[in-house]
Amino acid sequence: MRYVMNRIGFFILSLWAAITINFILPRMMPGSPADAMFAKFQGQLTTTALEAMKKSYGIGDTSLWQQYVDYLHGLVTFNWGLSFMQYPTPVSDMIQASVPWTIGLVGISTLISVFVGTALGVYISWKRKGFLDNTLPVVSMAFQALPYFWVALLCVFIFGFKLDWFPMAHGYDPAITPGFTSEYILSILNHAFLPAITLILGGLSGWIVGMRNNMIYTLGEDYVTFAEAKGVKTSRLMFTYAARNAILPQLTSFAIAIGNVVSGAILTEQVFSYPGIGNQLTSAVQSQDFPMIQSSFLLIAVAVLVANLIVDLLYSRLDPRIRTGGSN
Amino acid sequence: MKTELQTSSQHNMEAPTPRRNNFTIFLGAFKPFFTNAKSATGFTIFLIFLFIAIFAPLIAPYEPSAAIYLPNLSPTADHWFGTTNTGQDIYSQFIFSARNTMIVGFGAGILSTIIGLIFGVVGGYRGGLTDSILSFVTNLFLVMPGLALLIVIQAYMTASTPFVTGLIIALTGWAWGARVFRSQTMTLANRDFISAARMSGMSSFRIMLTQICPNMMSIIAGNIMFATLGAILAEAGLAFLGFQDINSISWGTMLYWASNNAALIRGAWWWFIPPGLGIGLVGLSLVLMNFAVDQITNPRLKGQKRRKKHGRKTARA
Repeated sequence: MRYVMNRIGFFILSLWAAITINFILPRMMPGSPADAMFAKFQGQLTTTALEAMKKSYGIGDTSLWQQYVDYLHGLVTFNWGLSFMQYPTPVSDMIQASVPWTIGLVGISTLISVFVGTALGVYISWKRKGFLDNTLPVVSMAFQALPYFWVALLCVFIFGFKLDWFPMAHGYDPAITPGFTSEYILSILNHAFLPAITLILGGLSGWIVGMRNNMIYTLGEDYVTFAEAKGVKTSRLMFTYAARNAILPQLTSFAIAIGNVVSGAILTEQVFSYPGIGNQLTSAVQSQDFPMIQSSFLLIAVAVLVANLIVDLLYSRLDPRIRTGGSN
Repeated sequence: MKTELQTSSQHNMEAPTPRRNNFTIFLGAFKPFFTNAKSATGFTIFLIFLFIAIFAPLIAPYEPSAAIYLPNLSPTADHWFGTTNTGQDIYSQFIFSARNTMIVGFGAGILSTIIGLIFGVVGGYRGGLTDSILSFVTNLFLVMPGLALLIVIQAYMTASTPFVTGLIIALTGWAWGARVFRSQTMTLANRDFISAARMSGMSSFRIMLTQICPNMMSIIAGNIMFATLGAILAEAGLAFLGFQDINSISWGTMLYWASNNAALIRGAWWWFIPPGLGIGLVGLSLVLMNFAVDQITNPRLKGQKRRKKHGRKTARA
């Protein structure tokens, strides 16, 4: 119980720190981005409108402390400010529009590569020195060593441009009206296929090799040798004895991966012009859209923290050694 | 007592000590780099790129940023990889980019591993309040998603050089390594040989340095390799997005110009394939060499047999 309280306290502390860093970071940057933005609106808006706008962004004459309080209040009430880039669209609306795309694409690709990779890792550690054990890690590592946005570019070039099998960009065919029609869903799947393949290929090797190494490590433990000497069946030895323990470190990586789903494959989304949050963040930075940057940042931070908390709590149930404390 | 505890078994075993000099021993440590086909390939690729990086000005036929040749050439005898739309020689750019990429990659990889070691090992070994504070900082850096944070910082640095990018990558990207080191230290800290070292009166600092770190050498070496790979990929990605100085010479910047000038749609594969292949080959060499590192430091990976007989013997002696 103490462990659980500890973790939750930790979660709250780091959440607060993340929020505060998120507040301080843009304010540490030299030159007021807001001024640049207001300069853009100079001719179009009256002075009073500009003042009102400044006030709504919490920039202006208020003290830093007051800004911080306003910022926290805005966060809690989901009033995340208005986008500079697409003024006056609320940032929360823009995020709402792009998050499902990212979660759909990156989330599903991550899940696929975790399950396939872990299963393959168990399999090849079982067949040590077999054909797959010798080739698969190298082949998949070659994929890992390649910059995945370049692989994505190649895919666009070969399958999109040369062969014309798949569309080269966007989340769905803009000619189709969104809705629950089979045409629309097919269009989404068709557009998601190439980015998903590059994401899966890029992530797979990490899971395979990680699981393989964990398995080999666990297979060297005394209790496995004992079980083997006792005559436990190989399949039971692999799954019930070794894989159960070897999978624990994978869980930590899984938490990070799930947290990173929200930040998504920024580069992949850029290459495919996919309407997700990564694309949103890139264009926000390019146009210095600070409310947007802050919000997407916070979203990503919260996602990682929550995923970590869940895995930490799971870990304590799965591995009693952690619960009873590390040293001494 | 200390020497027994450290027994990195096979090294002690295979040296019947007819007094080798230091250099032979040093070379001997690199033996697995050549005996294993995978790591030999990796090491060869690595040496080739190291050679290119060091002698770039001699190898490259032209100035990489001189825009004085015919634009949009396909590969010719004079311009092996063709020219860009502003008439720069792509082959020369490729050669010079290797240099920047190697420096940035290895600099950032080693720096981030050192930071990670400090945070991970100290936190994992000390436990308690120290651990709470250190892993709190680690978690904070984990929370800040690497690429997104890099993008934001780059937006503020506007047009940074590849070296500044490397520094930022190292300062933001050490957390993952620290976490791995910490959990490994935590499992090691409970082992008997650590207790023995502690009881023999060794200081915490010495235990961390001489007992814990050598026992996770494969993880450290692996971390350097993968941090380097990560740094190379991150630098390429940032440059590709155009967040690095777009006049710098790097493989990522080459890809930025290629994709911004519609090299894809013009079918100019000679422009965007070489930079990606360069990154991929350097990365592959790192990954392959990691196999050799595993072989040197992790006897368990050596053969099918899981338990060595002489391992037992040394433990008992």
